[in-house]
Amino acid sequence: MAEFIAYLIAGIATGAIYALAAIGFTLVWQTSQTINFAQGEFVMLPAVLVLLAIKLFGAPIWLGALIGIAAFILIFGVGFKLTVVDPMIKHGVLPLAIATMALSIIMKEGAKDGFSAEAQNFPSFVPSQTIQVFGASISLQHLAIIAVAFAVIGALQWFVGGTRLGRQMQATAQNPTVARILGIPVERMVLLTFVINAALAVVASVLISPIYLAKFSNGEVIGLFAFIAAIVGGFNQVRGALVGGLIVGIVDSMAAAYISTQYRLAVPLVLLVVVILLKPEGLMGRKEERRV
Amino acid sequence: MAQVLEANKVIEANKVLEVTNLHKAFGGIKAVNGVSFSVNEGEILGIIGPNGCGKSTLFNCILGQLEPTEGSVKLDGRDVTNLRPSELNRRGVSRTFQLLQVFPELSVRENLILAGQEHEGSMLSRFFGARDAGLSKKADQMISFFKLGHLIDEKAGGLSYGQQKLLDAAMAFMAGPRLVLLDEPAGGVNLTMLGDLKERLRAINAEQGATFVVIEHNMDFVMSLCSRVIVLAEGKVLAEGTPAEVRANPAVIEAYLGH
Amino acid sequence: MTAPATHESLPQRSRLSLPAFVDGSLLTLMAGAVILWFAPVGMGRYGTYVLSLWLVMSVAVMGLNLTLGYAGLKSLAQAAFMGLGAYTTAILTTKYGVSWYAAFALSGLLTFAVGLVLGFPALRVKAHYLAFVTLAFSTLIWLIMRNEQWLTGGVFGIANINRPEFFGIKLFGALEFHRFVVVVTFILAVVLWWMIRSPWGRAFTALRENPIRAASLGVDTRTYTLLAFAIGSAYAGFAGALYAPLVEFIDPSPFSLSQSFFLLLMVVAGGSGYLLGPFIGALLGVVLPEWLRFAGSLYLIIFATIVMLLLIACPQGVSGLLERGWAKVSGKTGAR
Repeated sequence: MAEFIAYLIAGIATGAIYALAAIGFTLVWQTSQTINFAQGEFVMLPAVLVLLAIKLFGAPIWLGALIGIAAFILIFGVGFKLTVVDPMIKHGVLPLAIATMALSIIMKEGAKDGFSAEAQNFPSFVPSQTIQVFGASISLQHLAIIAVAFAVIGALQWFVGGTRLGRQMQATAQNPTVARILGIPVERMVLLTFVINAALAVVASVLISPIYLAKFSNGEVIGLFAFIAAIVGGFNQVRGALVGGLIVGIVDSMAAAYISTQYRLAVPLVLLVVVILLKPEGLMGRKEERRV
Repeated sequence: MAQVLEANKVIEANKVLEVTNLHKAFGGIKAVNGVSFSVNEGEILGIIGPNGCGKSTLFNCILGQLEPTEGSVKLDGRDVTNLRPSELNRRGVSRTFQLLQVFPELSVRENLILAGQEHEGSMLSRFFGARDAGLSKKADQMISFFKLGHLIDEKAGGLSYGQQKLLDAAMAFMAGPRLVLLDEPAGGVNLTMLGDLKERLRAINAEQGATFVVIEHNMDFVMSLCSRVIVLAEGKVLAEGTPAEVRANPAVIEAYLGH
Repeated sequence: MTAPATHESLPQRSRLSLPAFVDGSLLTLMAGAVILWFAPVGMGRYGTYVLSLWLVMSVAVMGLNLTLGYAGLKSLAQAAFMGLGAYTTAILTTKYGVSWYAAFALSGLLTFAVGLVLGFPALRVKAHYLAFVTLAFSTLIWLIMRNEQWLTGGVFGIANINRPEFFGIKLFGALEFHRFVVVVTFILAVVLWWMIRSPWGRAFTALRENPIRAASLGVDTRTYTLLAFAIGSAYAGFAGALYAPLVEFIDPSPFSLSQSFFLLLMVVAGGSGYLLGPFIGALLGVVLPEWLRFAGSLYLIIFATIVMLLLIACPQGVSGLLERGWAKVSGKTGAR
C-alpha cells in the first residue's frame, strides 16, 4: 500500500508534466490547426538553453534561467508562430505538421551538437529528499512538481475563464471566424496561445529536468505522451488534456512498477488504441457530427 | 426475394424518393422537424425556404452526410436511411454541393471520368483495366452537352466560376443517376450561365426522364424550372404545390416577407 | 462555338511511335534503371553500396509518397514498417532457411496486413488519427525489436544476413547485388506508376483533394484510403526486405520514430505527389550526407532546415521546383 501511494504520487507528478505539454499542444491546435510534432522537444529545450546560458556567459543560475527562458519564449513562442506557422498554414495543415517534424529534428540535433550528447544535471529548487507519509516515502520534488504544475494550470484556467483577454482567446479557439466578426483581434490571440504554449513548456521543462536530467532525446517520450494525453482526454479540450495527462502519468508509473520496466512505454500506447477504438472523441470529448 | 422487392417497386413505381417524418436535432435545436415528401419519377421538385429553414440539413440527412434523429428515407421503395454517401451514390443518387466542388488539380475530363468510374466494374478491374475506365467517350459527350467541350483538357481549377458550376452539374450526371439533388445550383452564377444551366437541366429532364430535387434561394430560377415546389420553414413543410399555387399561398408570402 | 473536336483518348499509333501507354515518367524510370545498372562499374564497394542504399530507401519513400503525397495521409510509422520487413526477412532467412524471395513476399504481405489492421480503426474516426495510431505503433515495434532478444537479438541485432541467389547465380558481390536491387526497385516503381495512372490513382487524388465530394461521386473513400495506406506500408516492408541483405546486419536503430519523421521529410523534399519525387528525396536524404561526410550529424539539421524552407517557398519540393523551372524554360522557347 505504501509503495502504491509512492507510485501514485510519482505518476501524478509526471502526469502533471504531460498535462502541461498536452494543454499547450491542444491550445495551439485549436487556434491555428497546428499539430505540433515538436511538442516534446519544446519541453526538452528550455532546460538545455538555461544550462547553455550558464555555461556560455558564466552567469549565476537565476540569470541563466532568465536568459534561457526569455530566449526560448521569444524564439519558440513568437518566432515559431511568425516564421513557421504563418507562412505555412496557407498551404494547409499537412505541410505545417511536417514542418514541425523538421523542427523537432532541428531542435533535437541542435541540442545534441550545440550542447551535449550526454545527460546533464539540472539544478532543482527543492532538495531531493523524501518524506514519510503513512509509511510511504514520497519525494519532495514530486510534491513540488504537483504543486507548481497545478498552480500554473489553475492560473491558466482563471485567465481563460476569468479575464477579458482569456475569454477572447477562448472564443478564438472555439471559432476564429465568429471571433473575428465579434471584433476580437484574432491574430494577436493566436500569437498569445503560442506564447502560452512556450511558457507551459518552460514550466514543464524546469520541473522535470532535475529528475530526468537535461538531455537532447528527452523530448521523444514526453512528446509521445503529450499526444496520447491530448487524445485520451479528448482532442480539442483543455480540461481533457489535463485529465488525459494525469491518466497517462499514473498509468505509466503503475506500469513501470507492476507490469514491466521494458514495456512501460507500451502501456499508455495500448490505452491510446483502446480509447480510439471505444471512445474516439476522447474521455472528455464530445462526439463530432459528420459535416459537409 | 428479388421478386418481392420488384413487386414492391411496382406498387410505388412512380415514387423515386420517399422521405417520411424526418427529424434532425443538433443538441436542443431542431433543424428538421418532421418533414415528409416524395419525389415522382421524371419530375423536377424544388425545395425553397428562408435562410436557416433546414433545407441543407434536410439534404444532408437524405444523402447520408448526417444521421437523422428520426424518420426514414426510401429510394425506389427500398430503405436507404443512413447509407454512406458513396454507397448511396452507387445506387443512383447523385448530388451537387452548395459550394463549388470540382477537383481543381484534375482536368475536366478526369473530373468527369472520376464521377463515373466507381459505378462499373470492381476494384480489380479498376486497377488492371483501362486508364480511362472506358469512359472517355462518355465524358466527351457529357461535356459537349454542357457546352464546355473546348475545355476538356484544361485543369478544372483554371475554369471560371460559372464553368466550374456547369462541370459540377455535368459530373452529377456522368453515372446516369436515378435521382439528382442539386444544392443551390444557381448560387454565384451569372445570368447567361444561369440560362445555360437551366436549359441543360431541362433538356436532361426531357431527354432522359431524369428526376431532380433542387434546393434554391433564387425564386425565379426555381419557379421557372420546377414542376412542383415544397416550401420549408422552421424545419417543417409549410406549403406544397405548383409554382403558381405556392406563389399565391399567403403562408408563404408571410414566411418570406413577414419579417 | 463550333462543335468541340472529338478527343480520342488514345493517340493514333503511327509506325514509329512508342506504345501509347509509355509516358515521360516510365521512360525516365527505364533510363534510370539502365544507367544505374552500369553506374557502379569502377566505383568500388562503398560507392556501390551507397547507390543500392539510395534505391532501397527510395522504395520506402515511394510507399510513403503514395500514402502522403497521393492520398494525403500522415503515417508516422514508415521506418517501423521497414523494420518489420527487414526483421521478417532476416529472421526467416537466417533462422528458418526460407528463401529470400518467399521472405520478401511475406514481408510485403505482413506489412500490408498490419497496415489494414492499424488503418481501419484510425481512419474510421478521422484522417489525422492515423498519425497518432502510427506514432504509437512505431514506438511499440521499436520496443519489441529492442526487448525481444530471443527473436530479434535485441540491441545486438541480427548478423550474417545472406544475400539471395538468382537462378543459381550468387548475388553476394556488391555489384551483383546492386543490379538485383536495381531490377527489384524498377519493378516496384513500375507497379506504382501503373497504379497511379489507373483509375485508382484518380480516386487517390480525389480523396486527397476533397474526400466528401469524392464520396458523393461513389468513391468508396474508406476502401481507397485504407488501400493507399496498406500498399504504402507494404512498400516499406519490401524496402526492409531489400535492406536486410544489403547491410547484412540489422539492429533497431534505423527503424525508430525519428527515422519515420526523416522519411516523411524525404517525401516532401523530393516532391510529394510526384512519381519520381521519392528518388530525389532519398538522394538528398541518404546519398548526399554520405558524400558530404564532413558535415557529420550537422547534415540532419541542414536537411531539416532545407525542407522547412522548401515548405515555405515551394511545398511541391524539388520536383515542383524542377517543374517550375522547366515551365519557364519551355515557355520562353515556345513563345517565339
